[in-house]
Amino acid sequence: MAKTKIKDIILNPDTKREYFSPGNATCQGCGLDLALRWAMKALGPKTATVSPASCANVVTGLWPKSAPQWPWFNMAFAASAAAASGMKHGLVAKGKGDYNVIVWAGDGGTADIGIQGLSGAAERNEDIIYVMYDNESYMNTGIQASSSAPRGTVTTTTPYGKDQKKKNIPMIVAAHNVPYVATCSVSDPMDLYDKFKKAKDIKGFRFIQILTPCPPGWRHEAQYTIRQSALAVDTGIFPLFEIENGILTLSGKSKRLHDPTKRKPIQEYYSKKNQGRFKLINDGLLEELEKDVKEWWSWIDRHLVYQEHLEL
Amino acid sequence: MTEPRFFEGPQKGNLAAAYAAMDADIDVVTAYPITPQTTVVEELSILVGEKEFLDRGQKTHYLRMESEHSVGASLVGASYAGARTYSATAGQGLLYMSEMVHWMVGARLPIVVSIASRGLTGGAWNIWADYGDIISQRDSGIMIQFLATHQEIYDSILMGFNVTEHRDVMLPLFPAYGGFVLSHTAMPVKRVPWEEAQKFVIPKKDEWDHIWIDSERPMMAGALIMPQNFYAEFRIKAHEAQLKALPVIKDTMAEFEKRFGRSYGNGLVEPYMADDADVLLIGYGSIAKQAEDAVDTLRKQGYRAGALRVRTYRPFPTEDILQYIKKTKVVGVMDRGIAFGSPTAGALSTDIMAVCQRYESTRDTQIVPFIGGLGGRDITYDEQIEQFKILFELKEKGEAPKKPYKMWGTYWTGLITGPDKVPQGDEEYFGDI
Repeated sequence: MAKTKIKDIILNPDTKREYFSPGNATCQGCGLDLALRWAMKALGPKTATVSPASCANVVTGLWPKSAPQWPWFNMAFAASAAAASGMKHGLVAKGKGDYNVIVWAGDGGTADIGIQGLSGAAERNEDIIYVMYDNESYMNTGIQASSSAPRGTVTTTTPYGKDQKKKNIPMIVAAHNVPYVATCSVSDPMDLYDKFKKAKDIKGFRFIQILTPCPPGWRHEAQYTIRQSALAVDTGIFPLFEIENGILTLSGKSKRLHDPTKRKPIQEYYSKKNQGRFKLINDGLLEELEKDVKEWWSWIDRHLVYQEHLEL
Repeated sequence: MTEPRFFEGPQKGNLAAAYAAMDADIDVVTAYPITPQTTVVEELSILVGEKEFLDRGQKTHYLRMESEHSVGASLVGASYAGARTYSATAGQGLLYMSEMVHWMVGARLPIVVSIASRGLTGGAWNIWADYGDIISQRDSGIMIQFLATHQEIYDSILMGFNVTEHRDVMLPLFPAYGGFVLSHTAMPVKRVPWEEAQKFVIPKKDEWDHIWIDSERPMMAGALIMPQNFYAEFRIKAHEAQLKALPVIKDTMAEFEKRFGRSYGNGLVEPYMADDADVLLIGYGSIAKQAEDAVDTLRKQGYRAGALRVRTYRPFPTEDILQYIKKTKVVGVMDRGIAFGSPTAGALSTDIMAVCQRYESTRDTQIVPFIGGLGGRDITYDEQIEQFKILFELKEKGEAPKKPYKMWGTYWTGLITGPDKVPQGDEEYFGDI
């Protein structure tokens, strides 16, 4: 698929249009807002969204206001993948099978309370797109750690820093052998757009994880959202890739970062100066975080090595 | 057209439920196993591929979910799309689904979920008949019916969508019947011929009046609502819908009787020799049906006993119950399920005590609460005779008799009491087990 250029977006009235209305209630520099804006340009308005309890529930509209210009259904915290499964079947039964049904869930709603429904829907290969916008904590309730928060993160429930590493959700989903798994970052909106565009035309269960910085939760200034998400990619902390029918391809800037020497040092990202939530990071923690990054890439390597064998 | 594999004959309660759902032409069934409901969803997995229905162009989506919470959520999702939806659960499963049960009410979705009621767990597992599970959802806003026979299970689920999808109602319905007592036993059941069922069941709509999925008319559902906006009004609307369901249930029952010749009272309550009764025993479920035998026996002995079966519990048929209470001054109320810490320990008896305050003429009614049959323990015909005898003694002597199983004003019918350990007041009552 040819890479879409910003010019193509602007010249096409369907993609030039904003589906997620401006003036919504997101904070300054909100990563979720950017992700939703670009995802919807790719998906178009014939999309029914199911969104579990999260910032997305609140910022999209206090009753009776509503920012999304497409059908949007807020859902109970643990229930979005199951509700979307039912919705897709209901739409097919009612002759509206041409609607995309997507889940728009946070990391808590995906990696913690929603993982049962996520796994169930993935196993059944439901014809839905599950989007995890990952701001690495429960931001809506006031910054509590989720299992998707990196080691060392200071939140209101981990005041001494989180002891555990970040849960690797895309690989957990990939282990279900679903047709499409992808990761993207709001720092590369064209890559995000292309991945949603591709996902839209695939049948079956599709999963997309987006790293969405949260200035109030990550404790950085609002203007640095893009810088933060770009840095997470450049340091190799958050690799961008796609897994299509089991075949993994690195994408965007992550292509050349398979070689660790090409990556920026992780302390540029994991530092008190960069993000207030890493205020307790020390040399010992950095060593462990280094291991965590290595481990994260080892999952990518397992795929790549296996694929080499396939080619032989 | 393919002849049905089953049309009339002995049938298990759970399988009757599955056939009723198919005859109501459900679009989506979502399923998860739990004893004693499991055979409902087992049978449905077969029926969705059964030639009888496929030949008639009936297409039912069957979703094998990963939990009851997800069953509830998928019903909600499918119903948002305007689909006719059904599932079944029981006991712990209903508790796990509870969040979504409340959601169905808040979103005003006309879902039908049948319940094979069973005991709840904590100290020990129990899977036998006990209505504690459905009673736990009493205040969620769902409509609750207690069914007493195998035929009634079939008929009630078929009638169910005419109530839930009625414009005045738009609330979920949870018809409940005793686990194993009805779910796994077989009695004669007669289906309604498929074509006639289609004429009886409410016509399908493309979408509901209040909620839809349409990119041309995009809608947001479930938004955050501030205290000063309409949250309270939305809740009150659901209560109003409960009350409006009372005549809809009656009308549906009358229409069903006209077409198919079967009825269960007026759909709300089913009286048995209640018009001229000196004492009345009110109950629900299959044991309330069994009480009719006790009434027959007592009538032969010259006692004017009467029985009243509450078929629809939510919405509460206040006037229909008071109509019979007015005619007698001594009323026993039998609960099969415990409401811990409530005035009588029984949900129905507490409700009936409350509604008797409504009219001057019923305010001095003597209400005797009974509780029994917990966790599937049998309530025998002899025990029901004894319940009536207690009511007659109260009527004649003006005082309810002492019994070893009477505590805190409630008769705990069928309780184990040791021969030498007759409880006095609040003393030990378990005795030797």
